[in-house]
Amino acid sequence: MYQAFLVKYGEIGLKGNNRHIFENALKNRVAEKLGSLGNYTVTREQGRIFVECPDGYDYEDTVEALGCVFGVSGYCPVKVVETTEWETVKQAVGDFVEEMYPQKKFSFKVAAKRADKHYPITSPEICAKIGEALLERFPGLSVDVHAPQEVITVEIRNRAYIYSKVLAGPGGMPVGTAGKAMLLLSGGIDSPVAGYMISKRGVVLEATYFHAPPYTSERAKEKVVDLAGIISRYTGPIRLNVVNFTDIQLAIYEKCPHEELTIIMRRYMMRIAEYFAKKSDCLGLITGESIGQVASQTMQSLLTTNAVCELPVFRPLIGFDKVEIVDIAQKIGTFETSILPYEDCCTIFVAKHPVTKPILPAIEKSEELLSDVIEELMKQAIETTEVIEVRA
Amino acid sequence: MEAYLDNSATTRIDESVLTLMERVYREDFGNPSSRHKKGLDAERYIKAAKEQIAATLKCKPEEVFFTSGGTESNNTALIGTALANKRSGMHIITTAYEHASVYQPLFFLEELGFRVTYLVPGADGRISVDTLREALCKDTILVSIMAVNNEVGAVQDITALGTAVKEYNPAILFHVDAIQAYGKYRIYPKRQNIDLLSASAHKFHGPKGCGFLYIRERTKIKPLLYGGGQQKGMRSGTENVPGIAGCGLAAELACSKIEKLQEQLYDLKEYFAKGLQTLENVTIHLVDEEKGGSVSDAERSERLRRTAPHIMSVGFAGVRSEVLLHALEEKGIYVSSGSACSSNHPAVSGTLKAICVADDLLDTTVRFSFCKDTTRDELDYTLAVLKELLPQLRRFRRK
Repeated sequence: MYQAFLVKYGEIGLKGNNRHIFENALKNRVAEKLGSLGNYTVTREQGRIFVECPDGYDYEDTVEALGCVFGVSGYCPVKVVETTEWETVKQAVGDFVEEMYPQKKFSFKVAAKRADKHYPITSPEICAKIGEALLERFPGLSVDVHAPQEVITVEIRNRAYIYSKVLAGPGGMPVGTAGKAMLLLSGGIDSPVAGYMISKRGVVLEATYFHAPPYTSERAKEKVVDLAGIISRYTGPIRLNVVNFTDIQLAIYEKCPHEELTIIMRRYMMRIAEYFAKKSDCLGLITGESIGQVASQTMQSLLTTNAVCELPVFRPLIGFDKVEIVDIAQKIGTFETSILPYEDCCTIFVAKHPVTKPILPAIEKSEELLSDVIEELMKQAIETTEVIEVRA
Repeated sequence: MEAYLDNSATTRIDESVLTLMERVYREDFGNPSSRHKKGLDAERYIKAAKEQIAATLKCKPEEVFFTSGGTESNNTALIGTALANKRSGMHIITTAYEHASVYQPLFFLEELGFRVTYLVPGADGRISVDTLREALCKDTILVSIMAVNNEVGAVQDITALGTAVKEYNPAILFHVDAIQAYGKYRIYPKRQNIDLLSASAHKFHGPKGCGFLYIRERTKIKPLLYGGGQQKGMRSGTENVPGIAGCGLAAELACSKIEKLQEQLYDLKEYFAKGLQTLENVTIHLVDEEKGGSVSDAERSERLRRTAPHIMSVGFAGVRSEVLLHALEEKGIYVSSGSACSSNHPAVSGTLKAICVADDLLDTTVRFSFCKDTTRDELDYTLAVLKELLPQLRRFRRK
């Protein structure tokens, strides 16, 4: 019933002279996303992207795929009429209503657009005549030009396009228009959401995960790979660095005050993540921190971990409550995987009463206790890092 | 080196079983319910498997029903008999350390209004006949007891328990979960007063997805699955012919040399126990004293032989079992973490609690389980790895 999709974008339309860069990126992201589903034709035309579907395409799969492309604000399934011959078009609009609306009882208006200004009938005429035809064919319909329940759009180009339904896209900016950032990905609920949110602004993601065998299991790592897989449905391929963090963690455990373990650990995680970030030209780090959620995410703790980084640290969830984060996790499909019960390396040696208001100089002093081993351990951790290319 | 010491979780399939199954999949793939020759050829495998299993149990082939495995066998035995006999009474007796595939269906029956008594074993892991006698009442319709506990390898005196049940009231049904026991012990339902017996093929080098339930003739029981009426209506659904054929052959192989296997496994077990003794702070459950204190070598050996030949449950004080499991895994050694304190039903305390394992050891227990292919070399390797790992792991524990 539909042969094409009209893809609309919001914010990109506000860009100035570089708008074509964003439009081309969006066109490419849409084409890439649909590429795995079949032979779609994706073209850019004034202010929107037009997707033509191959014969026998799967409607649900296509709708789902387009709903994952950042930069898409909305998209309409379109019925394409091969000719612009007036009687055929009029008949086709009636057929469209017949197919699309089982309950033929709603108020509507017709909107018309003519790209072909030589077309013998003007836009207001198109609206009036088609409205009339619809009223005649379906007695349950009524016209309401101010607040219609449905707007039925007819576009006359080299062919005629008919559409009414607008599906909501994720919004944001096409991935690849804003540089790259390094996500500190754990198996929890927050970090995948944080990655999703930053990527939504057009950012390419790379990720770093810290595992601590034998204290964390292969399944815990598998879970993180799965999470990266889920967010890569939106963000495109993600390079995942899996860092073996056990020895660093044990050294901290042995040498530093126990209640400072988590905060010191996080400082080393930031350092390692930043190392990989700089190596692959990332312009920032991303974490799932939110103020006050746990001891290591108080304002004081954030200040203390932030102090080791030169790159900016993006914390899109900083002002979010847990329930709000869970809502997004459920919407993007990471929640069910995040709550699988495997221990992550932040929880194994956690102190009963960790510091909640660390003082930077004191933490720095505690870290000096590691000075004889830490460089070597960091080097080893970096050298033995496993890289996994994750794609949806 | 690799040492697979998790044979109570599952075993590697026997080569000859695999060959047989492959033949069924490739050539004799017919549906046993089909009227043509292909169907008949397939049906013959089922008949043969029933005969093979019946021979090991000294029962009639008609008393063997094939299922998808241990869970289905246990569910059918419990739910099927409870529903069919509820007019005679609503009371069921079981133990406090059954497998989930027994206690979960019992929780379901509790929701339906059945009353369930959970017998608590003694420190030796055994249910005493007196405890059972005290629990029997005129409302009792079913007693379900596992022959060999999967976590610690405690062995029940099934004959004595079965006799006690029937002495009290011959109409009470006696179900035995023999999933860990079949192929390790000789079990003869008629002699031991067993009415229903569950087994699972992949525990004795057969295929996964197939098991059987022995149902003594004239037992009142309802099926769980309804449909085409296969297996005398007791278990509808096209039979898993390759699995059934494999199950039959694996059963025959497993039961052909039980005594020899027992000897071989006990030998390994004693060898491993001696090795463990040289490590510090190691407790073999049901063998060593839980609260410290020493046991004579003779007593130790005697106790070892009173537990199942293939299962050893060991507490490593100060090491979390989950961590030890993964540390061993890194060295190619595969074991289970043996704690079942996760059970959230107030009446079921979990195996380790049931046998009075000290609270601080609950989370430190690992299960080693052997099979016919386990070698002393593997055990030597495991002991050497443990010797190296334990001090490291004990240095780092949650403060």
